[in-house]
Amino acid sequence: MNIVKLKNQVEKAVARASFNLRPDVKKLLKRAYRFEKNTRARKALGWILENARIAEKEKLAICQDTGLPIIFIEAGKDVNLSGRLIREIEKAVESGYRKNCLRPSSTEPLIRKASYQGVIFHVEFSNAKGLWITIFPKGFGSENKSQLKMFKPTVSIAEIEEFVVSAAKEAGPESCPPFIVGVGIGGTSDKALLLAKKALIGKVDRPNSDKVLNGLEKRLFKKINSLNIGPMGFSGKTTCLSVKVKKAPTHIAGLPVGVNISCHALRSATIKV
Amino acid sequence: MNIKSLKSGQEILFSGVIYTARDQAHKRLVDIINNAGAQNFVPLPFDLKGQFIYYCGPTATPKNKVIGSCGPTTSSRMDEFVEPLLKKGLLGMIGKGRRSKKVRNLIKKYKAVYLLAPAGCGALLAKKVLSKKLVAFKDLGPEAIYRLEVKDFPVIVGIDSLGKDTYEDLCD
Repeated sequence: MNIVKLKNQVEKAVARASFNLRPDVKKLLKRAYRFEKNTRARKALGWILENARIAEKEKLAICQDTGLPIIFIEAGKDVNLSGRLIREIEKAVESGYRKNCLRPSSTEPLIRKASYQGVIFHVEFSNAKGLWITIFPKGFGSENKSQLKMFKPTVSIAEIEEFVVSAAKEAGPESCPPFIVGVGIGGTSDKALLLAKKALIGKVDRPNSDKVLNGLEKRLFKKINSLNIGPMGFSGKTTCLSVKVKKAPTHIAGLPVGVNISCHALRSATIKV
Repeated sequence: MNIKSLKSGQEILFSGVIYTARDQAHKRLVDIINNAGAQNFVPLPFDLKGQFIYYCGPTATPKNKVIGSCGPTTSSRMDEFVEPLLKKGLLGMIGKGRRSKKVRNLIKKYKAVYLLAPAGCGALLAKKVLSKKLVAFKDLGPEAIYRLEVKDFPVIVGIDSLGKDTYEDLCD
């Protein structure tokens, strides 16, 4: 593997994630703009679309909260993943932030000194070939509203839905609606929240291939959009652009459900090395 | 600008001077105010009277630009710092999201105003900034206090000087 080329690719992905709004998100925003009747809500959606246009053209960050960089790595069976390789990716993320004037939003947690460090890695192995790297800068206006609930194994789907809808309601105007809501069902407490976050990486304008989850996503989408929070909290029909659910096997004694909310500026970029 | 004529929910284009400050800068400003008169007394880095504070930590300024992306951050984190600043004559706050009931009442008491800037639109807002100057707390990096001169900066009146809140229906 050519490390120089890899680092260059990672740096470019950092810039792409921060400057170019994802096409699937842009598509849903445009649809919402056409659909929305409320004058102030339309105004807000207009600002959001104009912002995306300026960000792309001027190479300015879509949002000054350039987030904590979360890196999802999927290593295929032909990839020799080493600590050194991970360190090189980490360095490339840091330099990508620096070179593109992206705000160092990371800080030491107690004395709170700002720095570019604090890249978070999640590594998974797959049966496919190649190395997939996803840069996912997560802003904290929405991350602060993450929720986890450890349900009983006998919980009804309706109760789970209620929990997700209440999480979106509590997120409110501070989390920059319209949201994209990620939900993780199953696993352990950490796994449920990770699934909720991973749900935001895939294309959010496509139906879920799992029939049960697709039905759940549709119901949640409808319920959240009847909260009347609307773009920037100005009421209207568009409180969320999409809901995405992922599941994993869990323990017979429980059912963890995690909710990870993304603001309208859902950003990520994936590269194959 | 006549603050008292502004009505909650109204959209205006703000032109003038605003000062950026977020969590850590607020903590320091309030520490300075609380420490006034003490032996190691330091004055406030700028006179708050009649001024606007913008809850914002911009990205670094790219080459040939005035400022980087500079949208608002969540205002409620600054709620606990509002009173001492209003006492010093602060006129307005610009940010995003809901405020506490206490802040609503303080805004009414001090005849101030809370404005909402387009949330998550930092690139769009960067185009409305004419100049950026460091005022204090350089060590805080993006969280330092900057004096920004803005023109036609779009805002919506969140809480007007009578304490009326445009997010009334979304508040407890």
